Amino acid sequence: PSQCDLLCPQNYPLYIRSVPTENELKFHYTVHTSLDVVDEKISAMGKALVDQRELYLGLLYPTEDYKVYGYVTNSKVKFVMVVDSSNTALRDNEIRSMFRKLHNSYTDIMCNPFYNPGDRIHSRAFDTMVNSMMMQVC
Amino acid sequence: MEQGLAGGSGPAAAAAGTGGLLLPLSETEQQRYSELFSRCCPPPEAAAGGSSVGELFRASQLPPDTLHQITEVCGAKRVGYFGPAQFYIALKLIAAAQSGFPVRIESIKNELPLPRFMALKNDTEVRYGTPAEFHGVKFQVPHATLEKNSYKRTDEGDKQEPKSPPMSPICSPPASPSTYQRIPLSYGYGKARSGLEQQHGAPYEVRHSTHQQDGPSSGNYGAKSALTCSTPNRSLSVEREQQDSSTQYADDPWRITEEQRDYYINQFRSLQPDLNAFISGSVAKNFFTKSKLPIPELSHIWELSDVDCDGALTLPEFCAAFHLVVARKNGYQLPETLPETLLPQYLQAACLKPMRDCALFDSYPEPLPGSQQTRDFSRTEKSSAEEVSDNSALLQDGKKDDKQALKVSTTLKTIPKEFQHLTVKAAAQEPHAFRARPRSRSYSSTSIEDAMKKGEEPPTPPPRPQKSHSRASSLDLNKIFQQNTQAVRSGWLPPPPPALPPRPSVSQTEQPSEVELHPQMNRPPSQPEENSSAKKEVVLAQPPSKPARRKLRTEAQGLETPELSPTINVTSSLPAVKPHLPVQKQSSKQKRAIQTAIRKNKEANAVLARLNSELQQQLKEVHKERIALETQLEQLRPVTVL
Repeated sequence: PSQCDLLCPQNYPLYIRSVPTENELKFHYTVHTSLDVVDEKISAMGKALVDQRELYLGLLYPTEDYKVYGYVTNSKVKFVMVVDSSNTALRDNEIRSMFRKLHNSYTDIMCNPFYNPGDRIHSRAFDTMVNSMMMQVC
Repeated sequence: MEQGLAGGSGPAAAAAGTGGLLLPLSETEQQRYSELFSRCCPPPEAAAGGSSVGELFRASQLPPDTLHQITEVCGAKRVGYFGPAQFYIALKLIAAAQSGFPVRIESIKNELPLPRFMALKNDTEVRYGTPAEFHGVKFQVPHATLEKNSYKRTDEGDKQEPKSPPMSPICSPPASPSTYQRIPLSYGYGKARSGLEQQHGAPYEVRHSTHQQDGPSSGNYGAKSALTCSTPNRSLSVEREQQDSSTQYADDPWRITEEQRDYYINQFRSLQPDLNAFISGSVAKNFFTKSKLPIPELSHIWELSDVDCDGALTLPEFCAAFHLVVARKNGYQLPETLPETLLPQYLQAACLKPMRDCALFDSYPEPLPGSQQTRDFSRTEKSSAEEVSDNSALLQDGKKDDKQALKVSTTLKTIPKEFQHLTVKAAAQEPHAFRARPRSRSYSSTSIEDAMKKGEEPPTPPPRPQKSHSRASSLDLNKIFQQNTQAVRSGWLPPPPPALPPRPSVSQTEQPSEVELHPQMNRPPSQPEENSSAKKEVVLAQPPSKPARRKLRTEAQGLETPELSPTINVTSSLPAVKPHLPVQKQSSKQKRAIQTAIRKNKEANAVLARLNSELQQQLKEVHKERIALETQLEQLRPVTVL
């Protein structure tokens, strides 16, 4: 079970995908609480230039059931991924590459002139990509 | 109501004309009906086979509920089978319905024309009855030009054009014997039709147009094509399961015909006069919004057509997008992935070799890449596409029309007509690995501006400051290209078989594409591409490599056009001696590469310098703050320390 979230700079969700779809509420809650951690991390760099900040935030915090990973783009769009702790085979590098793919797809969406930043994301290509990615994880 | 009819009747087969039926049948009717009946019902049996009768009825192009009504009225339902009486009554009722009368017994008491059946069958007796219902422009399915289609076998979605191009509306049947055998039911329409058409030319056509239920399903009834005479290139049929013969391309709703392409190019011109440049996202957005499709659909169309995802549309991308818009407006569902015929590489190739357009189409009889040739072609294009993947660039201007740009709204209306015959291909086109093309992005140092700027580029923007934004920064290549085009053209006139220098693997993606290109040496466009891109990789560092490749690609394309055109301007700075050209070409390419590299580096320098100054500024501020804090601390300290 895992979930993948995209959140806009104002911290409302642009895209949420859970696999499987039950217990989604728990995931939502987890993501919400992890936002605090994300904010803390990005503000920790305070006055440093945005460029110097690493985009991948790493493991935000582990709980007994699952792990939460975060990633922030330069435009403060946050990606949060919640994966089951039983997925011990999931390595950091894989998570990084998943975030990178997400970021790529997100920029593709941004390129679409019909997409207004801040809208929910309805792109089919994006959906397929996320689905395939999450299938790998689960 | 059935009382009057079935009651009597004599199953005395053919004679059913008058006799037992209270229904008077004329001579022609008798003949016709008996013929039809005998077709539906092999002589030994007394009743016609239900399925063949059903098909015959469906071929009458009446709506299904009318047919049900007819079946009821004629008594077949009641007695459970189609005896001759029922059959004849049914036929008469069909005639009545086709003439516009209600399906009632009373209506068939009158003289009626013979029922008309669209059909499938191929009969040597079939003649073209109707004069000119033959409209070049209309693709309406059940046109009276169906006569031709009587020679055509029709299956689900199998629409073939008549074989003999000089098909006049009334010409003798080319008779495809092969199709003949395939048709399960044979209708002898010859007599009926000729008799019919003479009487009812116009109303016939009108009725049939009203019966056109929906484009795709009416394909069952055998009516198609019609156009070959008018515009050879008009694509009508959807899928070709059986390649009967000469019918070529003309299959796909997703294939762009010549006229459509011209139209799209004109539209492109109206937005962006330079065919080699691209249309920015906002411009395209306004343009396509005028088509009044809902935004999510437009968004999806954009996703499909903007293959390199750079927020701008090149000419082939624009054609693909426009084509999708038009198709959607005509009711076709948008595909999940871009059909092969709408891929930019495919369209580019088509644009690139206008002469070979027909050949290209000819060589792709099936929409699906069944043939090896297609595969090779697509593979080549794919590999070249991968190289220039983030290239929203520059197309060779294959067409140099000077037509006026039309208003979008009005022209959108004309375009829809062209599509009414098209049906959506059932089999999806192969998924495109193009979408999965790799990208070398450096995320660790992309700045916010990069992300924001991606969607907002005018066609010829000023040079981009951030070198790391690989896709946008190439837009200024237009200028480079134009500046250098003179020298380039002369220098690259004859593309020699390139001796590719050893390349460092700048990116793994480019490697396989290069390798793939090697076997395709026979394709001239790929050669200058390969050569130039190979050189490029040697010379440039990776982040700028994409824009540089794009630049060379454009030059390569620019080269191709001069190749194609018979006259070439030779105004180069290099000594234009033919034997020396290959060597000079190499050196000029290197020069080009170096110049581009220099420019890139200069830009990078500018960026870094700016960054530096910003950082300095921030540092100063931080210092000031620190000093302020320290003084504060000093002031406070004596108080705390006792």
